[in-house]
Amino acid sequence: MRGVRSVDEVGADERAASLAKRSIKKSSKLWALDLAVRCMDLTTLEGSDTPGKVAALCAKAIRPKPGDSTIPSVAAICVYPARVADAVEHLRGSNVRVASVATAFPSGQSFLSIKVAETEDTVRAGAHEIDMVIDRGAFLSGDYQRVYDEIVAVKEACGNAHLKVILETGELGTYDAVRRASILAMAAGADFIKTSTGKVQPAATLPVSLVMMEAIRDFVRETGRPVGFKAAGGIRTSKQAIAYLVLLYETLGSDWMTPERFRLGASTLLNDVLMQIDKERTGVYQSGDYFTID
Amino acid sequence: MAITKKQSAELAKQVFEYAPAPEAIDHVHIAPSYGLFVGGKMVEPHSKKRFPTINPATEKKLAEVSEADAVDVDRAVKAAGRAFDSWSHLAPSKRARYLFRISRLLQERARELAVVETMDGGKPIKESRDVDIPLSAAHFFYYAGWADKLEWAFPNRKPRPLGVAGQVIPWNFPLLMLAWKIAPALAAGNTVVLKPAETTPLSAMVFAEICMQAELPPGVVNIVTGAGKTGSLLVEHPGVKKVAFTGSTEVGKLIQRALAGTGKKLTLELGGKAANIVFEDAPLDQAVEGIVNGIYFNQGHVCCAGSRLLVQESIAEPLMEKLKRRLSTLRLGDPLDKNTDIGAINSRAQLEKIQGLVESGIEEGAVLYQPECRLPERGFWFPPTLFTNVSQSYRIAREEIFGPVLSVLTFRTPAEAVEKANNTPYGLSAGVWTDKGSRILWMAERLRAGVVWANTFNRFDPTSPFGGYKESGFGREGGIHGLAAYLDLN
Repeated sequence: MRGVRSVDEVGADERAASLAKRSIKKSSKLWALDLAVRCMDLTTLEGSDTPGKVAALCAKAIRPKPGDSTIPSVAAICVYPARVADAVEHLRGSNVRVASVATAFPSGQSFLSIKVAETEDTVRAGAHEIDMVIDRGAFLSGDYQRVYDEIVAVKEACGNAHLKVILETGELGTYDAVRRASILAMAAGADFIKTSTGKVQPAATLPVSLVMMEAIRDFVRETGRPVGFKAAGGIRTSKQAIAYLVLLYETLGSDWMTPERFRLGASTLLNDVLMQIDKERTGVYQSGDYFTID
Repeated sequence: MAITKKQSAELAKQVFEYAPAPEAIDHVHIAPSYGLFVGGKMVEPHSKKRFPTINPATEKKLAEVSEADAVDVDRAVKAAGRAFDSWSHLAPSKRARYLFRISRLLQERARELAVVETMDGGKPIKESRDVDIPLSAAHFFYYAGWADKLEWAFPNRKPRPLGVAGQVIPWNFPLLMLAWKIAPALAAGNTVVLKPAETTPLSAMVFAEICMQAELPPGVVNIVTGAGKTGSLLVEHPGVKKVAFTGSTEVGKLIQRALAGTGKKLTLELGGKAANIVFEDAPLDQAVEGIVNGIYFNQGHVCCAGSRLLVQESIAEPLMEKLKRRLSTLRLGDPLDKNTDIGAINSRAQLEKIQGLVESGIEEGAVLYQPECRLPERGFWFPPTLFTNVSQSYRIAREEIFGPVLSVLTFRTPAEAVEKANNTPYGLSAGVWTDKGSRILWMAERLRAGVVWANTFNRFDPTSPFGGYKESGFGREGGIHGLAAYLDLN
């Protein structure tokens, strides 16, 4: 793993900053906002989550703006394993998928047997997608083999469910480590690589996402297997969401601009996107009272 | 499944095409006709002659500017001479105050200047907005700080100003080159007569307004427009004590010849054919950005452009693939659009020169690559171009193209890289891309270039001296070194 090509931090930051200056207006802005909704993993990951909270979130996921059928459903909702059954029930008949965080989320500091069992139980409860965390303790101590083996084991436990591997880039320290972890996760079988749990600061950033996307690009070149990308944590505004789409477009190209290969994990982003869509369509901003708060 | 396979396939086909995002131009006032800035005010030219300046992206006329003749140049130099006595004896802290004021006014009028620069020169608005104008203001700000500290800059040397400086600047960074020239000259206590390039005089005309707005004493800055003839009248004028020229090596040689034996101080900043050297351990994705920034920035109209890419053979293939992919994402078009990466070629003459050299490259046997790229119908355009299979002997590897054309060569060892990089009549800049710090230093010691960038390219700062070896000129601009050129230190 130490032979993985390095990343220049200053250069990566500059490239991300220059892409963040793209000016996305009018029809392309509407297109991007629509895509942001379709690629969204609407998330609630709180100790206080209840069946009622999940039910409300599911309703919002299916119909983000009641009375406006032009707004698409989001890609998935993302909940803790114990809430998966509730989500499956409330999403029945819709095309919104259920994603769940397994493997001792968010720290990943537990036994492999427990991580595997948690994954199996979560898939059995009806989750279509598993968001696992890597063992950062093992990664940072240089035990790459262990990180790799864990991902392979969890991937197997997933069966048909899609596996997103969370690198928790805020704990990895350097872009070199982010790139190494990205390559490791993809080699071990990840369907998606994902930036963060949202429980650690900094969470997703543009340069970190750029480094991960470039790793995907190199991996696809070597293996031919496309891997998806998910940015999660701290993405709250439409402007941020559009910046991620620009980064994606100019790094991985339009083939990645689909929920099958790109996700935005967020809990509060959706209403800002809806507000901006309304603004683009009508030319005026609506009060927050016109958007449901679930 | 969130979406059906069919929907997904359809979506994948959609291209995220950016809608036009043009910078507003309604706040910019360009006069139909400009005089000369002499003695603190705009005056009618004695020559009575004017010539048009056009927008190279549309070929439409923007304004007419004056063509200064011998009488006009003489008037300007005399105005500068009259102003010299009081300006050079002004309390240095007061000189600083004027420079700070100019710097602030450049910042206040930054949007306007960026638009003027882009319309007159063809460069993308994102570059004039984010590079040219902020750096111009930074130069005035930096040299304002030196004005009252000259004795600390050159301890025990009794620095004294020279007199009237005659300055001739090129068309690739009109306002920035103006700032590089005028800011140190004024800080050191000189007065100036500046001649902007004939294809890009407009930002200098706005600068003349700024001088008036700043209430700069009359005659401290004079601006005469015109073509090469006006430039030679200026540098040969006996009232001029110091000549600073940035432009082609050809003209630089003419100036040096004309000035021989006159006792005038001279600095020349001329052409370049910089090597951008990528080692096998380099961070490739960032190196690609550096290569792109090195040669496609400002359509390659950059004297220090990284126009020769030297790649270690072991990584040539993946690097070329990444580079070609990256070229396909460059957005060429309306320079005023905020998303444009490559604007218009500055003039028809320059476009023809680029076309001629590119044809020679094809004839000599290099392999041409250009991404699919639609060029606008009107205006002067050239797509981002790269040549592989280039030999050291080809014209495209030796001559300055001054356009968006990259020649790619390979090397096997660091020693070979140094040898190839130095094998050019020029020596303005070089780039080194490697993860290994010791190799950067090893290379920097051996490269005969005024600037060596490591893991970056085309990075400028007012505090850092800039200038060349060999046919790239002599003297330094920027930093303390830049002040020395405008002072008598004996």
